[in-house]
Amino acid sequence: MSSPSTFPGYFPVEPARSQLLAELWQHQLQAGYISAAAIQALAGRHHLSAVEVEGVASFYHFFHRQPAGRHTIYLNNSILAELRGFDQLQAAFETATGARIGTVDPTGTFGLFTTPCIGLSDQEPAALIDFYPFTHLTTGKVQDIVQQLQQGARAADLCDHPADHIRYTPPAGRTIFFAPYARGEAIRQLPALGPEGVLEQLRIADLKGRGGAFFPTHKKWAACRATEDALKFIVCNADEGEPGTFKDRVLLHSQPGSVLEGMVVAGYTVGARYGILYLRGEYRWLAPTLHAEIAAFRAAGLLGTNVGGMPGFDFDIRLEIGAGAYVCGEETALLESLEGKRGEPRTKWFYPVEKGYLQRPTVINNVETFAAATRLLQLGTTAYLQRGIPGSAGTKLISVAGDCQRPGIYEIEWGMTVGELLDLCGAQDPFFLQVSGPSGECIPATASDRRISLLDLPGGNDIRCGGSFMIFNRGRDLVSILQNFARFFKHESCGVCTPCRAGNFLIERKLERLQNGLADRHDLEDLKSWGHIMKATSRCGLGKTATHTLVQAIEKFPAYFAARFADTDNSIYRKFDLAAAVADYEKYKPKS
Amino acid sequence: MPTCNFWIDGKQYTAEAGTNLVDAARANGIFIPSLCYFPHLDPPLGTCRTCTCQINGRYNPACTESVREGLKVEVYTPELVDMRKALVEMMFAEGNHFCPACEKSGNCDLQHMGYELGISTSRFPHLFQDRLIDYRPERLVLEHNRCIKCRRCVEEVFTADGHRVFMYLNRGNETVVGIDYEQAARLSDAETRQAAKICPTGAILLRGKTLAEPFGNRTFDLHSVQSSYQHPISEGPPATPRKKKTIATVSLAGCFGCHMSMLDIDTEFLEVAELVTFNKSPLTDIKTFTQRCDLGIVEGGCANAENIETLRTFREMCDILVVMGECALWGGVPALRNTFPLGECLEEAYLHSLTSEPGERTIPYSEDLPKILNRVYGCHEIVEVDYLIPGCPPAASHIWKVVKSLLWGGDDSLLYAEFKYD
Repeated sequence: MSSPSTFPGYFPVEPARSQLLAELWQHQLQAGYISAAAIQALAGRHHLSAVEVEGVASFYHFFHRQPAGRHTIYLNNSILAELRGFDQLQAAFETATGARIGTVDPTGTFGLFTTPCIGLSDQEPAALIDFYPFTHLTTGKVQDIVQQLQQGARAADLCDHPADHIRYTPPAGRTIFFAPYARGEAIRQLPALGPEGVLEQLRIADLKGRGGAFFPTHKKWAACRATEDALKFIVCNADEGEPGTFKDRVLLHSQPGSVLEGMVVAGYTVGARYGILYLRGEYRWLAPTLHAEIAAFRAAGLLGTNVGGMPGFDFDIRLEIGAGAYVCGEETALLESLEGKRGEPRTKWFYPVEKGYLQRPTVINNVETFAAATRLLQLGTTAYLQRGIPGSAGTKLISVAGDCQRPGIYEIEWGMTVGELLDLCGAQDPFFLQVSGPSGECIPATASDRRISLLDLPGGNDIRCGGSFMIFNRGRDLVSILQNFARFFKHESCGVCTPCRAGNFLIERKLERLQNGLADRHDLEDLKSWGHIMKATSRCGLGKTATHTLVQAIEKFPAYFAARFADTDNSIYRKFDLAAAVADYEKYKPKS
Repeated sequence: MPTCNFWIDGKQYTAEAGTNLVDAARANGIFIPSLCYFPHLDPPLGTCRTCTCQINGRYNPACTESVREGLKVEVYTPELVDMRKALVEMMFAEGNHFCPACEKSGNCDLQHMGYELGISTSRFPHLFQDRLIDYRPERLVLEHNRCIKCRRCVEEVFTADGHRVFMYLNRGNETVVGIDYEQAARLSDAETRQAAKICPTGAILLRGKTLAEPFGNRTFDLHSVQSSYQHPISEGPPATPRKKKTIATVSLAGCFGCHMSMLDIDTEFLEVAELVTFNKSPLTDIKTFTQRCDLGIVEGGCANAENIETLRTFREMCDILVVMGECALWGGVPALRNTFPLGECLEEAYLHSLTSEPGERTIPYSEDLPKILNRVYGCHEIVEVDYLIPGCPPAASHIWKVVKSLLWGGDDSLLYAEFKYD
């Protein structure tokens, strides 16, 4: 049996092992890397073998096993950054710092690395330096920043303060998420409602999970409430990793109270004492805002003992900070990560409401879901149901980015059409739209009359949107976008199951063939078939959805793909680039 | 636990409720392929996905399911059979699995699944990643080329005081199984042997162990676990009269072993000689095609530009093209170089090796010499191929069954023992 956690802020019921990520962070931030000695020390403290600690450290890409520079710079290599000039930004940083991407400069001052989407798609080109955000970067700005850092300035002082860019809220005060907020309004209703009353409100409003799976919230909470365990947890999933999504960032920055209050409401409803907000490492810079809000809640008696003046209702919240792993957005992977382990999704042997964090019943919801729960209690079901359309009530936060004039957050009422949203954001000559990120759906811009709602299941006429809406114009090359997605999934696969670990790599290779003009009709058929196999056999949502866009794109843009292989039908030869295949050997041709 | 009724492919079976589906099926005589599955691990690993079925309509691995009343499982639909093959093929493509050069050949679960599922070669292009062979552990060798990340060793091998010896490192396609040298040294000899034993492939090897059983006589060499093992050669036309046909053969980047194997049918060769005429072939020493042929048989992959030219000529001149042996299928032993850049191989061979002349600075290059390719390619990467015969070399009976079936039709199927990779 592991000893209890003694780490500041951790709950006494948590074992020491749970603090492993936080300890690794300490080493990373203090030394710039996780040394072999640090691994040994942590292994000794937790009675683990060194390889087990190393397994955890090497899973998260913000943990380095080699010195990563006094200043560590992360460039976002997501597709939206690529469109906004990733190459120039890389060149600017390489020139200014003297470090090549993926390495540290010879003086050990700057480490230059890439990372997938940092949640600033509306202010690209952007980067994290020492985990502080820098937005709207230009070559000149990069030179200036690097120079100041060299002269001893701190990234914390130089960094930008990313704007929220809330571009649209429903007219006539129909906003749900950005209405005036006063701490405790929802909590004060709890004694009158009682747990069953809360569940009833959720059920009437038909609130569904906003992480993208849209599971009815009342069912999840009721299932957890029904468990007998005396120790239960509420976990807020703020691991917003889907490229192109930044709504949770804005919510946590502009409305942190509504999120925390939703967690308290959940704790009251299911009978949990402890809440943990798992914040992605990319949003480290938001931690002070959240800590301040937690402190304000405590001061107002909305966290701690007898919360909201309710005798016997104790509830507290702490933060846990991720360390760079998209897959931790998958709820069971996130739970593993909270336990100080590799963020590998569990088999679906149990649901988290049965056995979640520390194998205890756990409600795990998205940031937006908790905020929506708070707002629902604040507004009341009648007003809530007046937003949106019948059968799909309420509003949805959508992060809009890409080829449009006004990227940012759009709070739309469910039922808005794609065309309306494109007009609102000033889309420029759109060709196709990527809804819900790379793992979501790709739709032609001509489908402008399709509604964004929860009325249909995925694949129906109405589109479900998990939170991201990326716009690509006619000048964009679909295959290179798909390549970017494939690289992302290859890098972010947890590596446990075969179809996702190997499959994404194989897909990336195949797309490279396609991009190099070496593909023929077989290759397109292969891509579709492999995509289906990965979808059917992968262990978690990452692998199951990784090829979704690819397969859809091949089906929805036949003319685009046909144009690429017009010349190769019915050949008995497979396409082969002999010149490229002998290029290595030609280097040994004697110079005459 | 009470017994319960469950359905596999529409047929009703019974088992104790709560039994793992893989075991419950096997107890009822139904083979569900599996690799990572280890009966006593709870929760099951669910890493390899080889046992994917449709369970109450949804795709799920059988190993993460226990039987209960009314469970409906699809196992042998054409789609699922193909899907499971694809998963095993993916493992072959992902690692560097050179069966003919592997100590575990014949005792390897991965290879065994390949045989049971009748996989000739992987539909996926081999990734040929350079991987470590770790000789640092005192009593073990970790052969990362062969690791399929099934996780058995991670979850099974602990020291007496509960420390893990193996653990996943890194993430994504770079995931590897790491070993803790210090903890590994603390295992007893029996525990060390057990670690090597539970590895389904040849990734964990015991140092200094001599291999008692010869190839061809090992666990999975002779007998299938499926009572009805049947690997049809092709759904060819019905048998036709045995009219005389013309065959051409060639060895590209191979060792001629497949040609030697062809001759292994002994006296049956007399029958063959009456039925076929050999055109271009090392057997006749005819150097160029003198006519179009009914069938072309190619041994070896493509390691240089001349191989490609020859292969394309074969494709043009032969109605049916068969490639045989591991080299022709995906590169085989010559593809051992595929994980290294060509330059490294050439410089090692001609400049830095022990046998090269001191001060040697030349790597052979002449317009008269075939140009060496950056890696070795399987034949199907260059031309359309009609049939692939695995093996190193393939059994003579396998080769001739294929030839006869393709040329004169008729149903034929391979025996389990005829279908090999080594």
